[in-house]
Amino acid sequence: MEFFLQLLINGVSLGFLYALSALGFVMIFKSSSVLNLAHGELLAIGAFLFLLLSAWAGLPIVVAFVLTLVGTFSLGFVVERLFLRPLIGENLIEVIMMTLGLGIMFKGLLLFIFGGDIHSYPRFLPESLTLQLGNVQIPSVNVAAFIVGILFLIVFGFFFKYSNQGIYMRSVADNQPAALSLGVHVRRVFALSWAIAFLVAAMSGIVLGIINGINVHELSAIGLKVFPVVILGGLDSIGGAILGGVIIGLLETFTGGYISTSLREVVPYIALVIILMVKPYGLFGLVEIERV
Amino acid sequence: MENHIRLLINNISVVYSDVIQVLKGVSLSVRKGQIVSLLGSNGAGKTTTLKAISGLLKPENGKVTEGSIEYDGKPVQNSSPEEITRMGIIQVLEGRQEFKYLTVEENLKVGTATRWGKPYQQDLKMVYDYFPALLARRKSLAGYCSGGELQMMVIGRGLMAHPKLLLLDEPSLGLAPLLVKEIFQIIRRINQEQGTTLMVVEQNANMALQIAHYGYVMENGKIVLESPAEELRDNPDVKEFYLGTAASGALKSYKDVKSYKRRKRWL
Repeated sequence: MEFFLQLLINGVSLGFLYALSALGFVMIFKSSSVLNLAHGELLAIGAFLFLLLSAWAGLPIVVAFVLTLVGTFSLGFVVERLFLRPLIGENLIEVIMMTLGLGIMFKGLLLFIFGGDIHSYPRFLPESLTLQLGNVQIPSVNVAAFIVGILFLIVFGFFFKYSNQGIYMRSVADNQPAALSLGVHVRRVFALSWAIAFLVAAMSGIVLGIINGINVHELSAIGLKVFPVVILGGLDSIGGAILGGVIIGLLETFTGGYISTSLREVVPYIALVIILMVKPYGLFGLVEIERV
Repeated sequence: MENHIRLLINNISVVYSDVIQVLKGVSLSVRKGQIVSLLGSNGAGKTTTLKAISGLLKPENGKVTEGSIEYDGKPVQNSSPEEITRMGIIQVLEGRQEFKYLTVEENLKVGTATRWGKPYQQDLKMVYDYFPALLARRKSLAGYCSGGELQMMVIGRGLMAHPKLLLLDEPSLGLAPLLVKEIFQIIRRINQEQGTTLMVVEQNANMALQIAHYGYVMENGKIVLESPAEELRDNPDVKEFYLGTAASGALKSYKDVKSYKRRKRWL
């Protein structure tokens, strides 16, 4: 029972990280229908930037954290402006190939700068974050993942539901010509969705880096897991991305705990195949509103 | 005289994808505070004319290749829709282009995109005053609203932007006759009470000429007729071709169809 609870908690907190990372992916897809194949590298960029600022530059953790967020957010704008905006109006496949190229380029750059070894952050999470629930002990990093995940999901949930900018972003995803006719700055919306994607990917990259160590290959492979997550939840649903993340997180930890650790990495993709066969729009994909 | 003109289109040609010419030298003007209707059959170029004004040709690979469009004296042809909407020209697209997955009120809020960050509660109230039916539906997804509600919503959404020139593309499309009447009355009220200058593209010539001050008729990418709306209503050709009554005022019989075709080429 304790083992079960332990796995449950680990799974949920891991799931929130996947959800957070998938959120950025879904946003880009929603606003511009682009599949971002560089998503895993975005996690790595966030994790390494934080490593650079915290461990190597020796900045206080909070400062390094905030700077990482600001840095990745701005980097999102820059990347959109330099590489993606010139392709607006081109075929979607060209944009998607561009993200593939960007991903490989980012990976190469990170390997060049940081090498292929596993790095780790200095221990900075206070021991007081470790929770003791009866006989179950929850490591501080899982508690942190939980808090960060929930906090950001709530913040973005409110942003999309209530803020004007969030509503404009949803309007572009919904009906681009109409949004354009009302003066919504569509290019700015694209840019903002890239910036947010960079930011949330960095968040989950950092926490995953604390859990698994920071390695370019590993982080970019984890980034690939957004595919099972978003396919499970429905490519265009933010709520679905969250639930998809939690489900995949749970699947992974339970498989790792009860069946075999080597199967752990494969399970999300098995789930992906099954979902595609049974429910191709995902659990929460937009059911097309059609008038009859 | 000059400064009473809100919009002046001077001999424009519009070409799509560098080869397909849709407008061939269209000229028209819209005076401040007036309602101008643009009539014509399918494919005459009415929507293209509106899109040339609002800058929405660009995403469709269309371009104004000749002539000029002046708005309050400033040339705006081939500007981006972001710039044009911020100058106060808002086009309400044909066929009720709602945001399906946004609620009615969120749809209206998107109308404030040109003046982001400014208060809009007053404007919401104004829209609900003009279209009380929307108030009851404000929390429901637009995708589940009726055609009439959606038409009201998209006009209201345009109003949220404080337009100085509102371009309406076929507001009567697919609506029941009573609803069409109601919507046109509201359009007239908006013009009178808000002082908004309006340009209305319509197939329903009868309705459009009732509320308009001035009218233009388009055929094959050209303006073929123009005059004050009441004169246009009495024009025998317009009566026959667009209002569906013979020059005498009686309903047309089928045997006249041939003459209709012959006459129309004359226009």
